[in-house]
Amino acid sequence: MNAVSVVVLLMSGLMIFNAHPRLYWGKYGANWDAAWLQIGSRGQSGYLRVGGFEVPTTGVVGYANGQGYAFPSWMTIPSSYNLADAREWHFFFAWGLVVPGIAYWFWSIARGHLRRDLVPSRNEMTPRNLWRDVKRHARLRFHEGDPAGEGARRYNVLQKLSYLGVIFLALPLAALTGMTMSPGINAAWPWLLDLFGGRQSARSLHFIAAAALALFILIHLAMVVLAGPWNELRSIVTGWYRVPRDPATGERT
Amino acid sequence: MIGRRALMGVGLGGGAGLLLSGCDRINASPAVRSLLGEGEWWSMAAQRLVTDRAALAREYPLSERSPFFRPNGNTMPGSADYANHLAARFADWRLEVTGLVARPLSLTMRQLRAMPRRTQVTRHDCVEGWSAIGQWTGVPLRLLLRAAGVDPRARYAVFHCADDFRGIPYYESIDMVDAYHPQTMLAFGLNGRALPVANGAPLRLRVERQLGYKQAKYVRRVQLVDSLANFGAGKGGYWEDVADYQWYAGI
Repeated sequence: MNAVSVVVLLMSGLMIFNAHPRLYWGKYGANWDAAWLQIGSRGQSGYLRVGGFEVPTTGVVGYANGQGYAFPSWMTIPSSYNLADAREWHFFFAWGLVVPGIAYWFWSIARGHLRRDLVPSRNEMTPRNLWRDVKRHARLRFHEGDPAGEGARRYNVLQKLSYLGVIFLALPLAALTGMTMSPGINAAWPWLLDLFGGRQSARSLHFIAAAALALFILIHLAMVVLAGPWNELRSIVTGWYRVPRDPATGERT
Repeated sequence: MIGRRALMGVGLGGGAGLLLSGCDRINASPAVRSLLGEGEWWSMAAQRLVTDRAALAREYPLSERSPFFRPNGNTMPGSADYANHLAARFADWRLEVTGLVARPLSLTMRQLRAMPRRTQVTRHDCVEGWSAIGQWTGVPLRLLLRAAGVDPRARYAVFHCADDFRGIPYYESIDMVDAYHPQTMLAFGLNGRALPVANGAPLRLRVERQLGYKQAKYVRRVQLVDSLANFGAGKGGYWEDVADYQWYAGI
């Protein structure tokens, strides 16, 4: 439910972004004000502008498949421009994220999942261990040679940190900045505006949190895809040879 | 390995394609649309439940106004009637308050300007995502409602406008919670000057806890009603009727 909600929220969110593909810092921001991020098109070429830097993005964002929308139709819900429908999807599935999300928070704290499985120990947080984990990931060896000898059944330290970042940083940030964009909520809880530095800042942070979540999901999927076949292959190989291939050289070590 | 990865790429791509065509079919299904519509009411109910109904929208210092207040939607009503009013500087423009009221009103701009007024610097949020901050001056709607004597049966205030999109007149509606809210006003001034035509001259609605499309411009008549069924397509506003925008625009 959470995963479905996140995907629907990301895709409908991109459609909502398409309605005004510019991001600002501060309390106000419209077409005459300076945007720190803008996706647009000139004729048949798309561009992404961040600050003073502009990169051509034709075929990806700004302009793709003959259409000048910021995010192309394959990324959005619904696929053709419809802000009203995208809002319906977004607000409906926001419930599907927030309600189980809060339940998960309480469950993970109350049942010790947070403390036992997610919060890294002091040993794990040493620069040496972090660096070793970074190297392991860079070589796509996610489960090997765990220094604590805990093996693949436990989360490694980078995994723990990224899960914590998603559960306790990116998701709450997305939810709170989303609420900060509601003029009704603004009136009742103006402290949200102060917390995020204004409605347009909240909109920018909402987009950044969503981008972080999208990145997490893509990396996560890629790692599952990479780790799954890798494990299989290795078990087949080690079953016969007891030594894995070194991915850097392709030779048996 | 690469072969396997490439295969997975094709699989993922194909899956995404299926998902997409599926999504649009789901989006068009009446059952799904009514379920999604339910979400709209949950959100409104939740907001009304956990927040103070009388809470004021934030008011900003003058220094935090947008350098330029972006107009949106119609910026010049097309009718000859409006052109005549504009040429006469709205000297004969009348605001009517009708429907479920004890004493229907018909007020000139001069009479409205003579009433107690309110000035507030507030943020205008478009449904598209942008915001502009401006200073509004006008007559609080609740003063007009009190003067007209609203019947207890009234549930909505409907705002009839002088502009249209391809012949379909613009209108909007709010419930009595927002109609009596102290910041809800019919504004005739923006940033210390007469309201510009592009922003809704001579009179526009400000309902500060909702999005831009609720802020009806070129307002001619406020009608108190117990149902929205008899206006347009019955959804309570122009954009609600033609494009399924949410009637409650506080989100």
